[in-house]
Amino acid sequence: MYSEKVMDHFNNPRNVGEIENASGVGTVGNAKCGDIMRIYLDIDENQVIRDAKFKTFGCGAAVATSSMATELVVGKTVQEALHVTNKAVCDALDGLPPVKVHCSLLAEEAIHAALWDYAEKNGIVIEGLEKPVSDISEHEEEEEEDY
Amino acid sequence: MERLIYLDNAATTRVYPEVVEAMTPYFTEYYGNPSAFYSFSNSAGKAVAEARENIAALIGAKPEEIYFTGGGSESDNWALKATAEAYGKKGKHIITSSIEHHAILHTCQWLEKNGFEVTYVNVDEEGVIKLDELEAAIRPDTILISVMAANNEIGTIQPLKEIGEIAHKHGVLFHTDAVQAFAHIPINVDEMHIDMLSASGHKINGPKGIGVMYIRKGVKILSFIHGGAQERRRRAGTHNVPGIVGMGKAVEIAAVTMEEKNKSIIELRDYLIEQVLEKIPYARLNGHRTNRLPNNANFCFRFIEGEGMLILLDQAGICGSSGSACTSGSLDPSHVLLAIGLPHEIAHGSLRLTLSEDTTKEDIDYTVDKLAEIIARLRSMSPLYEDFVRKQNK
Repeated sequence: MYSEKVMDHFNNPRNVGEIENASGVGTVGNAKCGDIMRIYLDIDENQVIRDAKFKTFGCGAAVATSSMATELVVGKTVQEALHVTNKAVCDALDGLPPVKVHCSLLAEEAIHAALWDYAEKNGIVIEGLEKPVSDISEHEEEEEEDY
Repeated sequence: MERLIYLDNAATTRVYPEVVEAMTPYFTEYYGNPSAFYSFSNSAGKAVAEARENIAALIGAKPEEIYFTGGGSESDNWALKATAEAYGKKGKHIITSSIEHHAILHTCQWLEKNGFEVTYVNVDEEGVIKLDELEAAIRPDTILISVMAANNEIGTIQPLKEIGEIAHKHGVLFHTDAVQAFAHIPINVDEMHIDMLSASGHKINGPKGIGVMYIRKGVKILSFIHGGAQERRRRAGTHNVPGIVGMGKAVEIAAVTMEEKNKSIIELRDYLIEQVLEKIPYARLNGHRTNRLPNNANFCFRFIEGEGMLILLDQAGICGSSGSACTSGSLDPSHVLLAIGLPHEIAHGSLRLTLSEDTTKEDIDYTVDKLAEIIARLRSMSPLYEDFVRKQNK
Protein backbone atom coordinates (compact mmCIF):
# COMPACT_ATOMS: atom_id res chain seq x y z
CA MET A 1 0.00 0.00 0.00
CA TYR A 2 3.00 2.30 0.45
CA SER A 3 5.24 3.66 -2.30
CA GLU A 4 8.87 2.55 -2.44
CA LYS A 5 9.94 5.97 -1.21
CA VAL A 6 7.71 5.72 1.85
CA MET A 7 9.06 2.26 2.63
CA ASP A 8 12.61 3.53 2.17
CA HIS A 9 12.05 6.40 4.59
CA PHE A 10 10.34 4.08 7.06
CA ASN A 11 13.09 1.47 6.89
CA ASN A 12 15.96 3.95 6.81
CA PRO A 13 14.58 7.07 8.41
CA ARG A 14 16.80 10.15 7.97
CA ASN A 15 17.49 12.40 10.92
CA VAL A 16 16.06 10.34 13.76
CA GLY A 17 17.12 11.75 17.11
CA GLU A 18 17.25 14.81 19.27
CA ILE A 19 19.18 18.06 19.16
CA GLU A 20 20.42 19.31 22.47
CA ASN A 21 19.71 22.98 23.05
CA ALA A 22 17.80 23.09 19.80
CA SER A 23 16.84 26.48 18.37
CA GLY A 24 13.25 25.26 18.17
CA VAL A 25 11.31 22.17 19.13
CA GLY A 26 7.78 21.36 18.04
CA THR A 27 5.62 18.47 19.17
CA VAL A 28 2.26 17.90 17.53
CA GLY A 29 -0.34 15.21 17.34
CA ASN A 30 -2.17 13.19 19.84
CA ALA A 31 -1.39 9.83 21.37
CA LYS A 32 -5.07 9.02 21.35
CA CYS A 33 -5.14 9.06 17.58
CA GLY A 34 -1.88 7.20 17.41
CA ASP A 35 0.41 9.88 15.97
CA ILE A 36 2.87 12.16 17.72
CA MET A 37 5.68 13.97 15.93
CA ARG A 38 8.46 15.97 17.50
CA ILE A 39 10.82 17.95 15.35
CA TYR A 40 14.02 19.65 16.53
CA LEU A 41 15.57 22.43 14.49
CA ASP A 42 19.06 23.88 14.72
CA ILE A 43 18.96 27.34 13.12
CA ASP A 44 22.00 29.56 12.54
CA GLU A 45 22.30 33.32 12.94
CA ASN A 46 21.22 33.87 9.33
CA GLN A 47 17.97 32.02 10.04
CA VAL A 48 19.11 29.06 7.97
CA ILE A 49 18.16 25.59 9.22
CA ARG A 50 21.47 23.85 9.84
CA ASP A 51 20.08 20.58 11.10
CA ALA A 52 16.77 18.90 11.82
CA LYS A 53 15.96 15.79 13.83
CA PHE A 54 12.74 14.01 14.64
CA LYS A 55 11.08 11.48 16.87
CA THR A 56 7.74 9.98 15.89
CA PHE A 57 5.20 7.71 17.51
CA GLY A 58 3.00 6.49 14.72
CA CYS A 59 2.52 4.34 11.69
CA GLY A 60 4.86 3.77 8.76
CA ALA A 61 3.56 6.85 6.96
CA ALA A 62 4.03 9.02 10.05
CA VAL A 63 7.68 7.98 10.34
CA ALA A 64 8.27 8.44 6.60
CA THR A 65 6.68 11.89 6.47
CA SER A 66 8.71 13.08 9.47
CA SER A 67 11.85 11.77 7.87
CA MET A 68 11.10 13.46 4.55
CA ALA A 69 10.05 16.72 6.20
CA THR A 70 13.33 16.99 8.08
CA GLU A 71 15.23 16.28 4.87
CA LEU A 72 13.33 18.96 3.01
CA VAL A 73 13.86 21.75 5.51
CA VAL A 74 17.59 21.36 6.12
CA GLY A 75 19.51 24.11 4.30
CA LYS A 76 16.44 26.28 3.93
CA THR A 77 15.81 29.61 5.64
CA VAL A 78 12.97 29.68 8.14
CA GLN A 79 10.96 31.62 5.58
CA GLU A 80 11.56 28.99 2.90
CA ALA A 81 10.80 26.21 5.37
CA LEU A 82 7.25 27.52 5.59
CA HIS A 83 6.79 26.33 2.03
CA VAL A 84 7.47 22.76 3.01
CA THR A 85 3.79 21.98 3.02
CA ASN A 86 2.07 18.68 3.52
CA LYS A 87 1.66 18.49 -0.23
CA ALA A 88 5.38 18.99 -0.76
CA VAL A 89 6.10 16.19 1.71
CA CYS A 90 3.51 13.94 0.09
CA ASP A 91 4.84 14.58 -3.40
CA ALA A 92 8.41 13.98 -2.33
CA LEU A 93 7.30 10.56 -1.07
CA ASP A 94 5.55 9.74 -4.37
CA GLY A 95 2.20 10.04 -2.65
CA LEU A 96 0.48 8.50 0.35
CA PRO A 97 -2.63 6.33 0.61
CA PRO A 98 -5.66 8.61 1.18
CA VAL A 99 -6.14 7.47 4.81
CA LYS A 100 -2.54 8.47 5.55
CA VAL A 101 -2.56 12.00 4.16
CA HIS A 102 -3.20 13.37 7.66
CA CYS A 103 0.31 12.13 8.55
CA SER A 104 1.83 14.59 6.10
CA LEU A 105 -0.31 17.35 7.59
CA LEU A 106 1.13 16.48 10.95
CA ALA A 107 4.65 16.76 9.56
CA GLU A 108 3.90 20.25 8.27
CA GLU A 109 2.45 21.20 11.65
CA ALA A 110 5.48 19.82 13.47
CA ILE A 111 7.79 22.00 11.37
CA HIS A 112 5.60 25.01 12.02
CA ALA A 113 5.52 24.27 15.74
CA ALA A 114 9.31 24.07 15.86
CA LEU A 115 9.61 27.34 13.90
CA TRP A 116 7.11 28.99 16.25
CA ASP A 117 9.14 27.85 19.23
CA TYR A 118 12.27 29.31 17.62
CA ALA A 119 10.54 32.59 16.84
CA GLU A 120 9.20 32.88 20.38
CA LYS A 121 12.57 32.12 21.96
CA ASN A 122 14.24 34.77 19.85
CA GLY A 123 11.49 37.33 19.95
CA ILE A 124 11.13 37.44 16.18
CA VAL A 125 8.18 37.22 13.87
CA ILE A 126 8.20 34.82 10.96
CA GLU A 127 5.86 36.25 8.41
CA GLY A 128 3.00 33.93 7.52
CA LEU A 129 3.56 31.60 10.48
CA GLU A 130 0.58 30.98 12.68
CA LYS A 131 0.59 29.64 16.20
CA PRO A 132 0.37 25.88 15.91
CA VAL A 133 -2.25 23.83 17.69
CA SER A 134 -0.80 21.13 19.80
CA ASP A 135 -2.75 18.83 22.01
CA ILE A 136 -0.42 16.26 23.45
CA SER A 137 -0.98 17.64 26.93
CA GLU A 138 -3.92 15.36 27.69
CA HIS A 139 -1.62 12.42 27.40
CA GLU A 140 0.68 13.65 30.16
CA GLU A 141 -1.46 12.62 33.12
CA GLU A 142 -2.24 9.20 31.76
CA GLU A 143 1.40 8.44 31.32
CA GLU A 144 1.93 8.06 35.03
CA GLU A 145 -0.33 5.05 35.23
CA ASP A 146 1.33 1.70 35.27
CA TYR A 147 0.49 -0.79 32.55
CA MET B 1 14.18 -13.37 3.63
CA GLU B 2 12.92 -16.85 2.84
CA ARG B 3 11.63 -17.63 6.28
CA LEU B 4 7.88 -17.53 6.85
CA ILE B 5 6.50 -17.73 10.35
CA TYR B 6 2.74 -17.65 10.19
CA LEU B 7 1.35 -16.47 13.50
CA ASP B 8 -2.02 -15.20 12.34
CA ASN B 9 -4.10 -18.34 12.68
CA ALA B 10 -6.99 -16.38 14.14
CA ALA B 11 -7.26 -14.64 10.76
CA THR B 12 -7.23 -17.85 8.78
CA THR B 13 -5.54 -21.23 8.80
CA ARG B 14 -3.68 -23.55 6.47
CA VAL B 15 -6.05 -26.07 4.93
CA TYR B 16 -5.04 -29.60 5.93
CA PRO B 17 -3.91 -31.71 2.96
CA GLU B 18 -6.39 -34.40 4.08
CA VAL B 19 -9.12 -31.78 3.78
CA VAL B 20 -8.08 -30.83 0.26
CA GLU B 21 -7.90 -34.50 -0.62
CA ALA B 22 -11.40 -35.10 0.69
CA MET B 23 -12.73 -32.09 -1.24
CA THR B 24 -11.11 -32.70 -4.62
CA PRO B 25 -13.42 -35.45 -5.92
CA TYR B 26 -16.41 -33.19 -5.29
CA PHE B 27 -15.03 -30.72 -7.81
CA THR B 28 -13.99 -33.15 -10.50
CA GLU B 29 -15.92 -36.39 -10.10
CA TYR B 30 -19.01 -36.06 -7.95
CA TYR B 31 -19.86 -32.57 -9.07
CA GLY B 32 -23.60 -33.23 -9.26
CA ASN B 33 -26.00 -30.88 -7.55
CA PRO B 34 -27.19 -32.67 -4.42
CA SER B 35 -30.68 -31.28 -4.96
CA ALA B 36 -30.98 -33.01 -8.33
CA PHE B 37 -33.13 -36.08 -8.90
CA TYR B 38 -30.76 -38.46 -10.70
CA SER B 39 -28.60 -40.99 -8.91
CA PHE B 40 -25.38 -39.34 -10.14
CA SER B 41 -25.93 -36.71 -7.44
CA ASN B 42 -26.34 -39.24 -4.66
CA SER B 43 -22.72 -39.29 -3.61
CA ALA B 44 -22.69 -35.51 -3.32
CA GLY B 45 -25.85 -35.66 -1.22
CA LYS B 46 -24.36 -38.37 0.99
CA ALA B 47 -21.18 -36.38 1.50
CA VAL B 48 -23.17 -33.34 2.61
CA ALA B 49 -25.15 -35.51 5.05
CA GLU B 50 -21.98 -37.01 6.47
CA ALA B 51 -20.39 -33.59 7.00
CA ARG B 52 -23.53 -32.42 8.71
CA GLU B 53 -23.41 -35.40 11.06
CA ASN B 54 -19.76 -34.79 11.93
CA ILE B 55 -20.42 -31.15 12.70
CA ALA B 56 -23.54 -31.90 14.73
CA ALA B 57 -21.71 -34.54 16.74
CA LEU B 58 -18.90 -32.17 17.68
CA ILE B 59 -21.26 -29.79 19.49
CA GLY B 60 -23.84 -32.30 20.72
CA ALA B 61 -26.48 -31.20 18.21
CA LYS B 62 -28.77 -33.13 15.89
CA PRO B 63 -27.81 -33.17 12.19
CA GLU B 64 -31.06 -31.45 11.21
CA GLU B 65 -30.12 -28.52 13.45
CA ILE B 66 -27.02 -27.77 11.34
CA TYR B 67 -27.40 -25.31 8.44
CA PHE B 68 -24.64 -24.59 5.95
CA THR B 69 -23.95 -20.95 5.13
CA GLY B 70 -21.39 -18.94 3.23
CA GLY B 71 -19.30 -18.29 6.33
CA GLY B 72 -19.19 -16.98 9.87
CA SER B 73 -20.31 -13.46 9.00
CA GLU B 74 -23.36 -14.74 7.18
CA SER B 75 -24.26 -16.95 10.13
CA ASP B 76 -23.94 -14.01 12.51
CA ASN B 77 -26.04 -11.76 10.29
CA TRP B 78 -28.65 -14.46 9.88
CA ALA B 79 -28.90 -15.20 13.59
CA LEU B 80 -29.41 -11.58 14.56
CA LYS B 81 -31.53 -10.27 11.72
CA ALA B 82 -33.75 -13.32 11.45
CA THR B 83 -34.30 -13.45 15.21
CA ALA B 84 -35.23 -9.77 15.13
CA GLU B 85 -37.63 -10.49 12.29
CA ALA B 86 -39.20 -13.59 13.85
CA TYR B 87 -39.43 -12.36 17.42
CA GLY B 88 -39.79 -8.63 16.83
CA LYS B 89 -43.44 -8.80 17.81
CA LYS B 90 -42.49 -10.19 21.20
CA GLY B 91 -39.93 -7.50 21.83
CA LYS B 92 -37.32 -5.27 20.28
CA HIS B 93 -34.45 -5.57 22.72
CA ILE B 94 -31.20 -7.46 22.13
CA ILE B 95 -28.28 -7.91 24.48
CA THR B 96 -24.71 -8.43 23.34
CA SER B 97 -21.22 -7.70 24.66
CA SER B 98 -18.99 -4.71 23.98
CA ILE B 99 -16.22 -6.90 22.53
CA GLU B 100 -18.05 -8.77 19.79
CA HIS B 101 -16.69 -9.21 16.29
CA HIS B 102 -17.87 -6.56 13.82
CA ALA B 103 -20.11 -9.16 12.15
CA ILE B 104 -22.19 -8.93 15.32
CA LEU B 105 -21.57 -5.30 16.29
CA HIS B 106 -22.30 -3.82 12.88
CA THR B 107 -25.38 -6.01 12.53
CA CYS B 108 -26.55 -4.74 15.92
CA GLN B 109 -25.98 -1.16 14.75
CA TRP B 110 -28.03 -1.91 11.65
CA LEU B 111 -30.82 -3.31 13.84
CA GLU B 112 -30.68 -0.19 16.00
CA LYS B 113 -31.37 1.85 12.87
CA ASN B 114 -34.34 -0.41 12.22
CA GLY B 115 -36.23 0.00 15.46
CA PHE B 116 -34.38 -2.34 17.80
CA GLU B 117 -32.64 -1.48 21.03
CA VAL B 118 -29.32 -3.08 21.85
CA THR B 119 -27.56 -3.24 25.21
CA TYR B 120 -23.81 -3.73 25.03
CA VAL B 121 -22.75 -5.42 28.27
CA ASN B 122 -19.30 -4.54 29.57
CA VAL B 123 -16.43 -6.91 30.17
CA ASP B 124 -13.90 -6.93 33.00
CA GLU B 125 -10.25 -6.06 32.46
CA GLU B 126 -9.52 -9.56 31.26
CA GLY B 127 -12.32 -9.46 28.74
CA VAL B 128 -14.84 -11.66 30.55
CA ILE B 129 -18.45 -10.52 30.28
CA LYS B 130 -19.97 -9.22 33.50
CA LEU B 131 -22.68 -11.76 34.25
CA ASP B 132 -24.47 -9.59 36.81
CA GLU B 133 -24.70 -6.76 34.28
CA LEU B 134 -25.88 -9.22 31.67
CA GLU B 135 -28.69 -10.51 33.85
CA ALA B 136 -29.64 -7.01 34.98
CA ALA B 137 -29.94 -5.94 31.34
CA ILE B 138 -32.68 -8.45 30.61
CA ARG B 139 -36.10 -6.83 30.15
CA PRO B 140 -39.55 -8.20 29.37
CA ASP B 141 -38.99 -7.26 25.72
CA THR B 142 -35.54 -8.88 25.43
CA ILE B 143 -35.61 -11.45 22.65
CA LEU B 144 -31.96 -12.40 22.22
CA ILE B 145 -28.62 -12.56 24.01
CA SER B 146 -25.67 -12.86 21.63
CA VAL B 147 -22.25 -13.32 23.23
CA MET B 148 -19.20 -14.68 21.47
CA ALA B 149 -17.71 -17.98 22.67
CA ALA B 150 -14.16 -16.62 22.60
CA ASN B 151 -12.79 -13.27 21.57
CA ASN B 152 -10.98 -13.02 18.26
CA GLU B 153 -8.45 -10.45 19.44
CA ILE B 154 -7.55 -11.25 23.02
CA GLY B 155 -8.70 -14.88 23.06
CA THR B 156 -10.71 -14.65 26.28
CA ILE B 157 -13.17 -17.53 26.60
CA GLN B 158 -16.62 -16.49 27.79
CA PRO B 159 -18.59 -18.41 30.44
CA LEU B 160 -21.05 -19.86 27.91
CA LYS B 161 -22.72 -22.22 30.36
CA GLU B 162 -23.47 -19.42 32.82
CA ILE B 163 -24.69 -17.12 30.06
CA GLY B 164 -26.87 -19.91 28.68
CA GLU B 165 -28.34 -20.56 32.10
CA ILE B 166 -29.21 -16.90 32.55
CA ALA B 167 -30.82 -16.74 29.10
CA HIS B 168 -32.69 -19.98 29.67
CA LYS B 169 -33.92 -18.86 33.10
CA HIS B 170 -35.41 -15.71 31.59
CA GLY B 171 -36.79 -17.37 28.47
CA VAL B 172 -34.48 -15.42 26.15
CA LEU B 173 -32.81 -16.99 23.12
CA PHE B 174 -29.02 -17.38 23.30
CA HIS B 175 -26.82 -17.07 20.22
CA THR B 176 -23.06 -17.46 20.33
CA ASP B 177 -20.58 -16.41 17.68
CA ALA B 178 -18.23 -19.38 18.01
CA VAL B 179 -16.15 -18.63 14.94
CA GLN B 180 -12.92 -18.55 16.97
CA ALA B 181 -13.87 -21.27 19.45
CA PHE B 182 -15.63 -23.91 17.36
CA ALA B 183 -13.46 -27.02 16.96
CA HIS B 184 -10.78 -25.32 19.06
CA ILE B 185 -12.33 -25.85 22.48
CA PRO B 186 -15.16 -28.15 23.59
CA ILE B 187 -18.66 -26.74 23.12
CA ASN B 188 -21.90 -28.53 23.89
CA VAL B 189 -25.09 -26.79 22.86
CA ASP B 190 -27.27 -28.62 25.37
CA GLU B 191 -25.02 -28.25 28.40
CA MET B 192 -24.52 -24.58 27.55
CA HIS B 193 -28.15 -23.87 26.64
CA ILE B 194 -27.11 -22.52 23.25
CA ASP B 195 -29.99 -21.88 20.84
CA MET B 196 -27.94 -20.68 17.89
CA LEU B 197 -24.25 -20.91 17.09
CA SER B 198 -22.13 -19.52 14.25
CA ALA B 199 -19.02 -21.28 13.01
CA SER B 200 -16.64 -20.98 10.07
CA GLY B 201 -14.64 -23.48 8.02
CA HIS B 202 -11.45 -21.56 7.40
CA LYS B 203 -10.60 -20.98 11.07
CA ILE B 204 -10.30 -24.72 11.63
CA ASN B 205 -7.97 -25.77 8.79
CA GLY B 206 -10.91 -26.07 6.43
CA PRO B 207 -11.75 -24.07 3.32
CA LYS B 208 -12.90 -20.45 3.09
CA GLY B 209 -16.42 -19.54 2.03
CA ILE B 210 -18.18 -22.15 4.14
CA GLY B 211 -19.83 -21.69 7.49
CA VAL B 212 -22.40 -23.21 9.70
CA MET B 213 -25.27 -22.09 11.81
CA TYR B 214 -26.67 -24.34 14.47
CA ILE B 215 -30.34 -23.59 15.11
CA ARG B 216 -31.98 -25.45 17.96
CA LYS B 217 -35.18 -27.25 17.02
CA GLY B 218 -38.06 -25.01 17.97
CA VAL B 219 -36.28 -21.71 17.26
CA LYS B 220 -38.49 -20.10 14.70
CA ILE B 221 -36.18 -18.01 12.57
CA LEU B 222 -36.79 -17.95 8.84
CA SER B 223 -34.68 -17.84 5.72
CA PHE B 224 -32.27 -14.98 5.24
CA ILE B 225 -31.18 -15.89 1.72
CA HIS B 226 -34.26 -16.50 -0.39
CA GLY B 227 -34.44 -18.81 -3.37
CA GLY B 228 -34.39 -22.59 -3.57
CA ALA B 229 -35.56 -25.06 -0.95
CA GLN B 230 -32.12 -26.09 0.25
CA GLU B 231 -31.33 -26.51 3.96
CA ARG B 232 -34.90 -27.29 4.96
CA ARG B 233 -36.03 -24.12 3.19
CA ARG B 234 -33.99 -22.01 5.51
CA ARG B 235 -30.98 -21.18 3.38
CA ALA B 236 -31.33 -21.02 -0.37
CA GLY B 237 -28.44 -21.55 -2.75
CA THR B 238 -26.81 -24.61 -4.31
CA HIS B 239 -24.83 -26.48 -1.69
CA ASN B 240 -21.13 -25.71 -1.72
CA VAL B 241 -20.42 -29.41 -1.70
CA PRO B 242 -16.60 -29.29 -1.72
CA GLY B 243 -16.67 -26.62 0.99
CA ILE B 244 -19.11 -28.60 3.10
CA VAL B 245 -17.05 -31.77 2.68
CA GLY B 246 -13.91 -29.84 3.59
CA MET B 247 -15.43 -28.36 6.71
CA GLY B 248 -16.81 -31.75 7.67
CA LYS B 249 -13.38 -33.31 7.26
CA ALA B 250 -11.70 -30.57 9.29
CA VAL B 251 -14.23 -31.15 12.07
CA GLU B 252 -13.70 -34.90 11.91
CA ILE B 253 -9.96 -34.33 12.40
CA ALA B 254 -10.49 -31.77 15.15
CA ALA B 255 -12.79 -34.10 17.07
CA VAL B 256 -9.97 -36.61 17.38
CA THR B 257 -6.96 -34.31 17.73
CA MET B 258 -8.28 -31.29 19.64
CA GLU B 259 -7.25 -32.34 23.12
CA GLU B 260 -3.76 -33.51 22.25
CA LYS B 261 -3.13 -30.59 19.90
CA ASN B 262 -4.25 -28.05 22.47
CA LYS B 263 -1.87 -29.41 25.08
CA SER B 264 1.18 -28.75 22.94
CA ILE B 265 -0.08 -25.43 21.58
CA ILE B 266 -0.84 -24.15 25.07
CA GLU B 267 2.64 -25.11 26.17
CA LEU B 268 4.19 -23.22 23.26
CA ARG B 269 1.88 -20.22 23.73
CA ASP B 270 2.76 -20.02 27.41
CA TYR B 271 6.42 -20.12 26.45
CA LEU B 272 5.83 -17.26 24.00
CA ILE B 273 4.04 -15.19 26.65
CA GLU B 274 6.74 -15.85 29.21
CA GLN B 275 9.54 -14.98 26.79
CA VAL B 276 7.92 -11.77 25.58
CA LEU B 277 7.19 -10.52 29.09
CA GLU B 278 10.69 -11.44 30.20
CA LYS B 279 12.66 -10.05 27.26
CA ILE B 280 10.67 -6.97 26.30
CA PRO B 281 10.26 -4.20 28.87
CA TYR B 282 6.96 -2.34 29.24
CA ALA B 283 4.99 -5.16 27.66
CA ARG B 284 1.69 -6.44 28.92
CA LEU B 285 -0.44 -9.45 28.12
CA ASN B 286 -4.00 -8.65 27.11
CA GLY B 287 -6.80 -10.98 28.08
CA HIS B 288 -6.92 -13.69 30.70
CA ARG B 289 -3.65 -15.41 31.52
CA THR B 290 -5.06 -18.95 31.25
CA ASN B 291 -8.73 -18.73 30.33
CA ARG B 292 -7.98 -17.97 26.70
CA LEU B 293 -7.97 -19.74 23.35
CA PRO B 294 -5.10 -22.23 23.26
CA ASN B 295 -3.34 -20.53 20.35
CA ASN B 296 -3.86 -16.86 21.26
CA ALA B 297 -1.36 -14.40 22.66
CA ASN B 298 -2.04 -10.66 22.59
CA PHE B 299 0.35 -8.02 23.86
CA CYS B 300 0.64 -4.29 24.19
CA PHE B 301 4.01 -2.61 23.95
CA ARG B 302 4.10 0.87 25.34
CA PHE B 303 5.42 3.90 23.44
CA ILE B 304 5.05 2.36 19.99
CA GLU B 305 2.37 2.10 17.36
CA GLY B 306 1.32 -1.23 15.89
CA GLU B 307 1.55 -0.66 12.16
CA GLY B 308 5.27 0.01 12.09
CA MET B 309 5.76 -3.11 14.18
CA LEU B 310 3.76 -5.21 11.70
CA ILE B 311 5.72 -3.87 8.72
CA LEU B 312 9.04 -4.71 10.37
CA LEU B 313 7.79 -8.13 11.50
CA ASP B 314 6.66 -8.78 7.94
CA GLN B 315 10.12 -7.90 6.69
CA ALA B 316 11.46 -10.52 9.10
CA GLY B 317 9.03 -13.07 7.64
CA ILE B 318 6.65 -13.01 10.60
CA CYS B 319 2.89 -12.63 10.09
CA GLY B 320 1.01 -11.10 13.00
CA SER B 321 -1.81 -8.64 13.46
CA SER B 322 -2.47 -5.49 15.46
CA GLY B 323 -5.41 -3.60 16.84
CA SER B 324 -3.88 -0.22 16.09
CA ALA B 325 -5.96 2.41 14.36
CA CYS B 326 -3.71 2.46 11.33
CA THR B 327 -4.31 -1.20 10.65
CA SER B 328 -8.04 -0.92 11.12
CA GLY B 329 -8.63 2.01 8.79
CA SER B 330 -10.12 4.22 11.48
CA LEU B 331 -8.69 6.66 13.97
CA ASP B 332 -9.59 4.52 16.95
CA PRO B 333 -7.70 1.48 18.06
CA SER B 334 -9.42 -1.84 18.69
CA HIS B 335 -12.78 -1.60 20.48
CA VAL B 336 -11.83 -4.75 22.39
CA LEU B 337 -8.68 -3.25 23.88
CA LEU B 338 -10.56 -0.08 24.80
CA ALA B 339 -13.32 -2.20 26.38
CA ILE B 340 -10.85 -3.92 28.69
CA GLY B 341 -9.84 -0.47 29.88
CA LEU B 342 -6.63 0.28 28.01
CA PRO B 343 -5.96 3.92 27.17
CA HIS B 344 -5.80 4.74 23.46
CA GLU B 345 -2.05 5.19 23.17
CA ILE B 346 -1.39 1.80 24.73
CA ALA B 347 -4.05 0.09 22.65
CA HIS B 348 -2.29 1.46 19.54
CA GLY B 349 0.74 -0.68 20.32
CA SER B 350 -0.92 -4.07 20.33
CA LEU B 351 0.17 -7.28 18.69
CA ARG B 352 -1.79 -10.49 18.29
CA LEU B 353 0.11 -13.69 17.61
CA THR B 354 -1.95 -16.83 17.04
CA LEU B 355 -0.16 -20.16 16.81
CA SER B 356 -0.93 -23.43 15.09
CA GLU B 357 0.39 -26.96 15.45
CA ASP B 358 2.91 -26.07 12.76
CA THR B 359 4.54 -23.51 15.06
CA THR B 360 7.83 -24.65 16.59
CA LYS B 361 9.77 -23.52 19.63
CA GLU B 362 12.43 -22.30 17.23
CA ASP B 363 9.82 -20.12 15.50
CA ILE B 364 8.91 -18.63 18.86
CA ASP B 365 12.54 -17.94 19.78
CA TYR B 366 13.17 -16.27 16.44
CA THR B 367 9.96 -14.24 16.74
CA VAL B 368 10.75 -13.02 20.25
CA ASP B 369 14.29 -12.05 19.24
CA LYS B 370 13.07 -10.11 16.21
CA LEU B 371 10.26 -8.53 18.19
CA ALA B 372 12.64 -7.32 20.87
CA GLU B 373 14.85 -5.71 18.19
CA ILE B 374 11.89 -4.14 16.41
CA ILE B 375 10.39 -2.69 19.55
CA ALA B 376 13.73 -1.29 20.70
CA ARG B 377 14.13 0.31 17.30
CA LEU B 378 10.66 1.86 17.26
CA ARG B 379 11.09 3.10 20.81
CA SER B 380 14.37 4.74 19.87
CA MET B 381 12.37 6.98 17.55
CA SER B 382 9.37 7.45 19.81
CA PRO B 383 8.85 10.83 21.47
CA LEU B 384 6.67 9.08 24.08
CA TYR B 385 9.59 6.90 25.06
CA GLU B 386 11.93 9.90 25.07
CA ASP B 387 9.61 11.71 27.50
CA PHE B 388 9.26 8.61 29.63
CA VAL B 389 13.01 8.11 29.94
CA ARG B 390 13.51 11.79 30.71
CA LYS B 391 10.96 11.55 33.51
CA GLN B 392 12.56 8.39 34.88
CA ASN B 393 15.93 10.10 35.00
CA LYS B 394 14.63 13.07 36.91
